[in-house]
Amino acid sequence: MKYHIPESLAISDSGFLFFARTGETFTLNQIGKEIIRLMQEGLSLDSISTKLIETYDVDEITLQKDLHDFITQLQLHKLVEEQ
Amino acid sequence: MDLKKKYERPVITKNYSGLMNKMGSATLTPPKTEICSVPVKRLVEQYGSPLFVMSEAGIRQNQKNFLRIFKTRYPKVQFAWSYKTNYLSAVCSVFHSEGSWAEVVSEFEYDRARKLGIKGNQIIFNGPDKNRQSLKKAISENSKIHIDHFDELFDIIDITNELDISADVAIRVNMDTGVYPKWDRFGFNFENGEAWNAIKRIVAQKNLNLVGLHTHIGTYMMTADAYRIAAKKLASLFMDIKKEYDIQLEYIDLGGGFASHNTLIGQYLPAEELVPSIEQYADAITSGIYDVQMRPDEMPMLILETGRALVDNTGYLISSVIANKRLSDGRRAIIIDAGVNILFTGFWYKHKISVAQDSGYHTEEATIYGPLCMNIDCIRESIILPTLNRGDQLVIEYAGAYDVTQWMQFITLRPNIVMIMSDGSVELIRKAESLDYIMQQELIPEKFQKK
Repeated sequence: MKYHIPESLAISDSGFLFFARTGETFTLNQIGKEIIRLMQEGLSLDSISTKLIETYDVDEITLQKDLHDFITQLQLHKLVEEQ
Repeated sequence: MDLKKKYERPVITKNYSGLMNKMGSATLTPPKTEICSVPVKRLVEQYGSPLFVMSEAGIRQNQKNFLRIFKTRYPKVQFAWSYKTNYLSAVCSVFHSEGSWAEVVSEFEYDRARKLGIKGNQIIFNGPDKNRQSLKKAISENSKIHIDHFDELFDIIDITNELDISADVAIRVNMDTGVYPKWDRFGFNFENGEAWNAIKRIVAQKNLNLVGLHTHIGTYMMTADAYRIAAKKLASLFMDIKKEYDIQLEYIDLGGGFASHNTLIGQYLPAEELVPSIEQYADAITSGIYDVQMRPDEMPMLILETGRALVDNTGYLISSVIANKRLSDGRRAIIIDAGVNILFTGFWYKHKISVAQDSGYHTEEATIYGPLCMNIDCIRESIILPTLNRGDQLVIEYAGAYDVTQWMQFITLRPNIVMIMSDGSVELIRKAESLDYIMQQELIPEKFQKK
């Protein structure tokens, strides 16, 4: 499964997200920022999971659950579209 | 070696510009990884979660501090530990070893004090419910009975005549101290002369020794001045008794009710900034007594039944995250394993809640729910916390007063309570309940019993 991140969305290194289409701003933590960057690179959710499990000290079930919650939040703010 | 990064849940928070936040930016409370130098993780591994933790050193420090503050202002001071605030035997024992008497409000508490070896004459027996059996016991053991109403006074007269023994009694006096609500449901009223009537009846009895006067003007009192008024009225009553009957009472008892630094729900500023200091309470009480002219040798002993302010900050409740979830509007909710049944004071306090492990700087507003399958089980409506993973711990502070006496057994068993001793060791002071412990009190009618 892949998610499309609109082009009008910009993130700074500190995790500050600006959505030019609506003028809204958000704050992301480190891992949240990383997930959006990976989505922008066009990675699928499975590939993002694999990459995060390699990088972070987390088990697959916890990550899947948290990813699901995170994407629900992104959808709620209309920051992603399912492809 | 595995060099993976520490994991934190991915979080996104929307920023709202244009709205001024008068409280300033969210404060980040440092994680509370240890309680009295004992790691929270270790406590949970050893004793489970949730877990109540009491601090022996904390209790001793508070008691010594209070005693010093009052003794530097008044020559004769005696503390009596308010059992109902926390009657765990270990907690009471610490107070008693610091020289406190026992202040009890029921036969159950009276018996607890006696079992701990407290002599009758060092027990103050308060409260509106003293049955004849408990009165007989307390009178024959020479405890100080603080009479709440006329029915009780007549019971005492009857018992002392029946047994032909004398009883040491005081009366509880209620009065207008300028605060609302006026606590007039306990004792005899000062202003309308009811207290004086009770005194007259007592001094007319050959078997009753009037030894003191008692008042307790309220709870979580936010103004020290009310104590000055109370102390002055009680001291003037003390002098009136001296003049009218030539009786030198042993003590006046100003009760308790000093506020702790636990913030009340609905209170705008933190309690530390609102409630009077102990020095202010002590100044008010002692200046109220000094306002009434009496010779130094006439001055009665001052008894204080401070509970909450002595123990609230010495108790902690460790709880673990059961689940993270989202409410329908996207708000974050955390479910923890401690409910309002064991954190009973959660109904009126905004406890200080800290995470017990290092976490990222990203914070999110959240609601904390307990594990009970009840809508009322909300520990905190709104709190700013860093991200928490399942199994992480929270430390709820100021849980030393009333929680472990008012807690309720509901759908699960009540947890262990430990005390961190002054030397840093940890002692189990109340075992977690078991199913057998709960069920042993129940009886099944024969026709429902499985053959």
